[in-house]
Amino acid sequence: MKTFLLELLKNEVLVYTLMAIVPLLWVIPFALFAVWWERKISAHMQDRLGPMFTGGWHGWSQTIADIMKLIQKEDIIPTAADKKLFMLAPYVVFTGSYAAYAAIPFAASYIGSEINIGLFYIISISSLVVVGLLMAGWASNNKWSLFGALRSAAQIVSYEVPVALSILAVVMVVGTFDLQEINHLQTGPIWNWLVFQKFPLLLFACLIYIIASLAEVNRTPFDLPEAESELVGGYHTEYGGMRFALLFLSEYANMFAVSAIAVSLFFGGWNSPFGDFLSGHWALDLFWFLGKGMTLIFVQMWLRWTLPRLRVDQLMYVGWKVLVPFSFAIILGIGVWVLAAGQ
Amino acid sequence: MSRYFRNVWDGIFTVLIGMKITWSHLFTRAVTRQYPIVKAKLPERARNRLYVNMDDCIGCDQCAMACPVDCITIETVKSTPDMDLGLTSVGTKKRLYVTRFDIDIAKCCYCGLCVPPCPTECITMTDVYEFSEYERQSLVYKFAIMTPAEIDAAKSRLAAYDKEQAAKKAAAAAAAAAAKAAAAPAPQTPSAGPAPAPTPAAKAAAAPAPQTPSAGPAPAPTPAANTAAPAAVPQGSTAPASIPAPAPKPPATDTPSPGPQQENKP
Amino acid sequence: MEVTLTDVEPGRRPATIPGLGRPLRAEEMVISMGPQHPSTHGVLRLELVVDGEIVVDVIPHIGYLHRCFEKHCEHMTNYQQVIPYADRMDYVAAMSNEFGYVIAMEKMLKIQVPERVEYIRVIMAEFSRIISHLIAIGTYGLDIGAFTPFLYCMRDREHVLDIIEETCGARLLYNYMWIGGLSHDVKPSFQKQVREFCTYFRPKIKELNDLLSYNKIFIERTANVGVLPGDVAINYGASGPVLRGSGVNWDLRKNDPYSIYDRFTFEIPVGKGLKGKVGDCWDRYMVRVHEMEQSTNIIEQAVDQLPEGDVQSAIPKRIRPEAGEVYVRTETPKGDLGYYIVSDGTASPFRIKVRPPCFINLSALPAMCRGAMIADVVAVLGSIDIVLGEVDR
Repeated sequence: MKTFLLELLKNEVLVYTLMAIVPLLWVIPFALFAVWWERKISAHMQDRLGPMFTGGWHGWSQTIADIMKLIQKEDIIPTAADKKLFMLAPYVVFTGSYAAYAAIPFAASYIGSEINIGLFYIISISSLVVVGLLMAGWASNNKWSLFGALRSAAQIVSYEVPVALSILAVVMVVGTFDLQEINHLQTGPIWNWLVFQKFPLLLFACLIYIIASLAEVNRTPFDLPEAESELVGGYHTEYGGMRFALLFLSEYANMFAVSAIAVSLFFGGWNSPFGDFLSGHWALDLFWFLGKGMTLIFVQMWLRWTLPRLRVDQLMYVGWKVLVPFSFAIILGIGVWVLAAGQ
Repeated sequence: MSRYFRNVWDGIFTVLIGMKITWSHLFTRAVTRQYPIVKAKLPERARNRLYVNMDDCIGCDQCAMACPVDCITIETVKSTPDMDLGLTSVGTKKRLYVTRFDIDIAKCCYCGLCVPPCPTECITMTDVYEFSEYERQSLVYKFAIMTPAEIDAAKSRLAAYDKEQAAKKAAAAAAAAAAKAAAAPAPQTPSAGPAPAPTPAAKAAAAPAPQTPSAGPAPAPTPAANTAAPAAVPQGSTAPASIPAPAPKPPATDTPSPGPQQENKP
Repeated sequence: MEVTLTDVEPGRRPATIPGLGRPLRAEEMVISMGPQHPSTHGVLRLELVVDGEIVVDVIPHIGYLHRCFEKHCEHMTNYQQVIPYADRMDYVAAMSNEFGYVIAMEKMLKIQVPERVEYIRVIMAEFSRIISHLIAIGTYGLDIGAFTPFLYCMRDREHVLDIIEETCGARLLYNYMWIGGLSHDVKPSFQKQVREFCTYFRPKIKELNDLLSYNKIFIERTANVGVLPGDVAINYGASGPVLRGSGVNWDLRKNDPYSIYDRFTFEIPVGKGLKGKVGDCWDRYMVRVHEMEQSTNIIEQAVDQLPEGDVQSAIPKRIRPEAGEVYVRTETPKGDLGYYIVSDGTASPFRIKVRPPCFINLSALPAMCRGAMIADVVAVLGSIDIVLGEVDR
């Protein structure tokens, strides 16, 4: 896509700006859709119906109506809040979530930025979210928000370790950090997917990654920072109107980003599971990629509505004492396997 | 060490069981009823908004006394004997004009304690539950059907009647005193004395002329008494019969006592 | 003067923490889990003195829902009018409040109610137990973070409310048990509906157990949290599932039987510390789950034995007890509810005093929460299962 645009526009800066906006074309409609979808899934899992009214068919335009409402709300900033940090925080959170999209390949011919250290970049830039959350919690001048922010900082920083270790397991097998390369390596039928290689070690690595990434995006069972029943709203208690909408958007953007990474790493990315059938064209690639991403999002939502919440020290226990040792064991196993296979 | 692995296994396994349950619930039918498009049909005993059928109300005040939150206010005016207020649906004759019957439905706690004491079953709880109003005052339901003019007319009629009765009573008392003074040495004619005496029970009831000396003013509503009065003298038994209406005692104190607990209608 | 640590002028350190008798340290923070909070089960204000995430002390402030029930009763014109007010104390399980009151009044008036009335009252009281525990379990799951069991419990609750609505016309506040009888007899379809409910409900308890009770995360959140030892529970005067969860086998239906409970076979679930220490939140929670099962047993037995009769034959025309007093206690879903009624010989009550189980169970909260974390305070409060209508009356 980059070459196509470069030929068309001949201005590098403009081309890169456009390429940066392209994922936004997916992220924003996705967020609107995902909020509705989450409400419908949660409703049907709970034997009820969810939105049914706005827009006619099963309330499909409910989120759009909500956004319309949020736009019209009065922008309230608490008097004693740190204004600059308060206003800046949602943007920092969104930037941290969105920047990861630069290195995720949506199709064989599309990747935002062709860097060969894609995975390394993704892991590091998504840590910016923590900074944003801390800013939000501190600037709100609210003890409860502060609690939420501190908890979330501890949580996200701790779970970066299992995320990185499980990604490391994959990298040890494939030998490259570039996600596009990794996707090309998974071309072919479904058993070429990395999740089935070095069985069952990469399968466990996948599970560890999915669990740890749930903690990265603050979803139940790790949603202590926004634990509604304890802290009212955690770090986003004092945010209303469009600022809240932006925080919410970044949560869903982050959700899709981690799902996309999991899909690219383990589940074949934009490859069709049938090998040559239904593959080749960029639209089909996009379809497979987004479909697999949505399936993982569905699993995330499913877990949210099934499980209770972990307390903060238990969260730390699971992160450090369960996920990290298992990741180490997996890396050890893969290391031995790769060496032995290499002989 | 084994406990550690046991915990990890438990964690994963119970999570999967939970996920299986929520997955299966994705495909069960939702139990939501989409109100207000679909409204539930309430059972027949449902206790919602109160309704009073004023045609049946006899103004006994039982419902107001039974109400624990005092949301019913009733004011009545006695009717005069010449007015016929009609019968209720159970056959009771109405004696009182109900000039005010207000229910403050915002205070009502929907306990249903007002319904059983009503002797004519005129107050009921309906199944209406959508009756929000914009103004607080609109929630004070006024059930009385008399216009202010009618109320004034009833009050003035009662006032006039009372005055008349008082005058009659005074005259009768004066006449009785005079007769007593005149007939004191002679024994009382049996018929005139005891028989009529108990019936007009000290109230200025409709027949002040059982006394044989049909003294002076014979009351208008009892023309029969005038004609029968002389006949009343010898036979004591006819005397009560000629008195038009010994029964109507204006205040309805006789009805309530069996009333409250006897009717417990489902 | 009410003790509260947050009402100090800015810049001044507050005085002593009442529960511990020592002044606030620099690293300690005072947070108000204020009257409006998603997890305090009503309007309850909890002042938490926290050191980071650890709770140093909890000071509950109540009274936000005080409606002067006892004073109001003194101005009623007759004893029957008290029943709608009694409903509104523990509004989640209203029949159990009425039950205690009518038994007390019948004892005072020396009325013997027909057998049918007794059976229906027991069925309704056990239904109240089920619906109260459904709310307790559902909201407890919600506090812990599991959103789905709450809706499953509400769905099951609706079935019971439908049956009760057919019988007496109301879904939440019934005014059904009258002194000497009931306001309406049950409909002919009652027995069938009740049996259908019992067969419907048992698998739902199993599903709830699979989804929530034995879920590892739930167990981690509730086991070994908020341990209330048995003797401490007795000293605080706790009753109901709070007491039984601490291992004390005490249930008024067996230890001090009233009505016709001695005719039914049922067990009293007692906390045994299966997943942690005896007297932790999980024990109290499981006592409630098992009690729902036992209530279903009682209801099935009662509806099988339901005799014929007239439910209104013993209702007195005029309720004018002799001067005297009576105290009756019953086992409500929340605990031991006591009514102390003093009569001066007139038709209007002289004094009605209520011993509210939630209020007394709540007094044990600081003992359970010291040293726990903020998330645990929510868990412990949920496991005590308070209804502010009863705490404040």
